[in-house]
Amino acid sequence: MNTLVLTVLTLGVLGILLAVILYFVAQKFHVEEDPRIDEVEKMLPGANCGGCGFAGCRAMSEALVTRDNIASLFCPVAGGETMKSIAGYLGKVAPDKEPMVATMRCGGSCDKRPKVNHYDGALNCAVVNTFYVGESACAFGCIGYGDCVSACKFGALHINPETGLVEVDADKCTACGACVKACPKGLFELRKKWPKNRAIYVACRSKNRGAVVMKACKAGCIGCGKCEKVCPFGAISIENNLAYIDHKKCKLCRKCVNECPTGAIKIVNMEPLPKEPKVAPTAKSESKAEETK
Amino acid sequence: MRTFPIGGIHPADNKEWSKDKAIEQLELPNEVRIPVVQHIGAPANPIVAKGDKVLTGQLICEAVGFVSANIHSPISGIVTAVDSLPNGQGQRQNMIVIKREGDEWIEGVDLTPKLKRECNLSSSEIIAKIKSAGIVGLGGAQFPTHVKLSIPEGQRAEILIINGVECEPYLTSDYRNMIERGEMLLTGVEILMRAIGVERAVIGVENNKPDAIAHLNTIIARDNYRGIEVMPLKLRYPQGGEKQLIAAVTGREVPPPPALPISVGAVVCNVSSAIAVYEAVQKNKPLVERVVTITGKHLQSTHNYMVRFGTPTSTLLELAGGLPEGDVKILNGGPMMGRSIVDITAPIIKGCSGITVLSGAEAARGKEGACIKCAKCVAACPMGLEPYLISKLARLQKWDMAEEHNTIDCIECGCCSYTCPSNLPLLDYIRIGKQTVMTNIRARAAANNNKK
Repeated sequence: MNTLVLTVLTLGVLGILLAVILYFVAQKFHVEEDPRIDEVEKMLPGANCGGCGFAGCRAMSEALVTRDNIASLFCPVAGGETMKSIAGYLGKVAPDKEPMVATMRCGGSCDKRPKVNHYDGALNCAVVNTFYVGESACAFGCIGYGDCVSACKFGALHINPETGLVEVDADKCTACGACVKACPKGLFELRKKWPKNRAIYVACRSKNRGAVVMKACKAGCIGCGKCEKVCPFGAISIENNLAYIDHKKCKLCRKCVNECPTGAIKIVNMEPLPKEPKVAPTAKSESKAEETK
Repeated sequence: MRTFPIGGIHPADNKEWSKDKAIEQLELPNEVRIPVVQHIGAPANPIVAKGDKVLTGQLICEAVGFVSANIHSPISGIVTAVDSLPNGQGQRQNMIVIKREGDEWIEGVDLTPKLKRECNLSSSEIIAKIKSAGIVGLGGAQFPTHVKLSIPEGQRAEILIINGVECEPYLTSDYRNMIERGEMLLTGVEILMRAIGVERAVIGVENNKPDAIAHLNTIIARDNYRGIEVMPLKLRYPQGGEKQLIAAVTGREVPPPPALPISVGAVVCNVSSAIAVYEAVQKNKPLVERVVTITGKHLQSTHNYMVRFGTPTSTLLELAGGLPEGDVKILNGGPMMGRSIVDITAPIIKGCSGITVLSGAEAARGKEGACIKCAKCVAACPMGLEPYLISKLARLQKWDMAEEHNTIDCIECGCCSYTCPSNLPLLDYIRIGKQTVMTNIRARAAANNNKK
């Protein structure tokens, strides 16, 4: 009994003593921190994805609070509304940015881009890229082992087993840009996100000449320039045998879609213009890689 | 008998398929494709245009900078295109296409087979001749030979090591060179010794080639080649690696990069390169051809051909009786370090010592299991690394840790993948790690330079 009382007393006194010391130490070494940083951190989504360019949400909120001009800071996961409310809370001007979505620019599905060899190594796009061009004859197309899928922290990417291509779920995508960095072929681009996830883009990155492209893939851009001529907004440019639609200038008029002889221009969640029904309507929300003819 | 101190494996050498086939002159190709990059370093600059007439041995690509190599036309004819065309890996490279018309050599080349032994040129003259002939390491690494021979100030070469190891299974081109062109080889070695100013040269040959060792010893004794010694080495892969060979011959260890073999006083050169040096210095013949082995268990016939560069791979495959039935793997090089070829129209280049054809079953990798931490890869690694760990770090993209574990020391010999009982693609990931770490180191160095 005596031992028990003694133990409780010793530990109790020791505890109180240390608490008093800790109190004074905490007073002495107190770090003055803006309480708004905690508040802003709570408003941020807490994904810690690095999509803003900072190490995590805490670092981002520190930057938001301490910097005078926050126009260059943007959390792609939270989006414009949250950024506006954070800016309102801090009394600063919100960055004016449109929502973006990752876009995978390759339309070379299994039936359009036949395999010409068999790969037996590590199932990793970066590894394949160190060896050779890949299982098809196209040196620019999707390898299909999903480096981007494992890089995506939001589950927005998956590989369609039928086409062998990566598809983006625009509703889940936060445009953090992890896939852009992960793809060894540089197939991803963050493009403007239209209402109802509409999109028009060139689903090809091949800089080869037309004849070479056609040999390797039936869905490739041959750089013929028809789309460039028909675009009323000057949004399309041809460089290195490859068409590119500038998403800042494009107004989704769809004139280019019917012009494309190979169907390399993908149209998502929209009906093509009725004039020449070359392109079948694509209905599903993430039908970018779905075949159109 | 000597060998390197750590690691190494014993793959079946499979040399019997082609080792007794004498070197045959391959019929000149009707069209050649010459990539402007056939060496480590800056791509050479093409100095011919479409429609130009070129002679055999004429300079068609000029070296850009010090670590670069000249490229000469391997046939005479008309340049039909300078275009980007696929290489063996399907990647497009800038290539010069030449259509053959006869075989007219440039002036001043001595094409007679008579051996010309005496050489009174100075070291710098020899190196200049080697540089202008566009000689690179013909063992596969394609490192410009003149760079190796130009010894940096403050350092001194003590020994010249000639690499006649040919540890890669299947390949026999260096072996045939030693057997059939021994006099040229030894004269080339004499010239190289003169170029770097050393009194001693050692030709390292593995003991699975006793006739090559005996043959070279006979010539050395008969023709009195002073200071040259043939050293039999105990059979072990990757003895042909530069650092492994230095360790085997001299017992010295080359420090990790960026240190070069010269830091331990050694210069290493391949036997085929030494013969090319002889031809360049004594006969004024630029590097336009080499011996290429075409081999494989399932081929109808195997050969050792003297091939002009730019010849399509398919030509050799046809002469070997075409591709066998079913799945095949075609390798540029041997099964350990060779790169698989997906486009057989791709040209033979300077670093191609052989074409190995494996059947699908031979080439197939086993099903990947889990790492059981048996450390077989650690025991096999000739660089003393921990392949299982580096591979894992690269897979997890922990580049900083991969750097700490000396990923860049890896010589990509493939011993780890070969020995792994779980069939893990260790080297595949280590290679990614090596590339990324190298990029990071260079970026850091560039950033530091900018700061200064």
